Amino acid sequence: MGARSRTSSPLAAPADFRRQVEDLRPYLLRFASLQLRDAAAAEDAVQEALLAALAGEANFAGRSNLRTWLTGILKHKIVDAVRRQARERPASDMGTPEDESEFDTLFDTRGHWQDMPDAWEQPESALGQKQFLAALEACLRALPQRTAQVFMMREHLGLETSEICKELGITSTHCWVMLHRARMALRLCLDMNWFKK
Amino acid sequence: MMLSCREASRLLSQGADRKLAFGERVALRLHLAICDGCTNVKAQFEFLRSAVQSLSGDGDEEKPA
Repeated sequence: MGARSRTSSPLAAPADFRRQVEDLRPYLLRFASLQLRDAAAAEDAVQEALLAALAGEANFAGRSNLRTWLTGILKHKIVDAVRRQARERPASDMGTPEDESEFDTLFDTRGHWQDMPDAWEQPESALGQKQFLAALEACLRALPQRTAQVFMMREHLGLETSEICKELGITSTHCWVMLHRARMALRLCLDMNWFKK
Repeated sequence: MMLSCREASRLLSQGADRKLAFGERVALRLHLAICDGCTNVKAQFEFLRSAVQSLSGDGDEEKPA
């Protein structure tokens, strides 16, 4: 992408290619919204990705999956947006790496579970259900903003923790603590709101 | 040295993000062998990963030719 994408006009792309790209806008917007809570920022990232895609159409030649290609471009735009956000609004919910006191209610003083976690029954069958995905999204929204951001960069964008640390200016240890915190909160939330309902 | 569940859950999470050291892997395996709660949590952490990936509809992605 980069410099090349700015040199040619998006209008140079053939109409049918433009249309195929536009058809994927709703998917891309959803993808971006999952990572960027700010709707305007998600719109901007998608718009930037679409423009870059149209201008760089030649790079698509020979690839079989337009959506995968566009999603790859969008991931870069999302990371750019996350980096901007981190710079403009230093997070208030980062906590300190050592602070795991929020787990104190989950474990007794010897570090054993207060409530032994039960197995979830046939979780895979939930994946195809709209209501389950809505419940998962609600659990994600309930996480503190930066915790959710780190978790989604790891699990949704598939970035390595070293990249996440670099973009957000935090240490690896801090990153791991936040990821642990997110996973623990999400398992509890889904346990209460879905699997034990 | 036996891990506590608290420590085991931390290693389960970190194991998804970095390669655990040999000693950590051994300690975790020993703990999981006797702890149903942490074994369940391990499966749930793994499930979370696939669940998040299915949020944007990657499941119905057309297969590359």
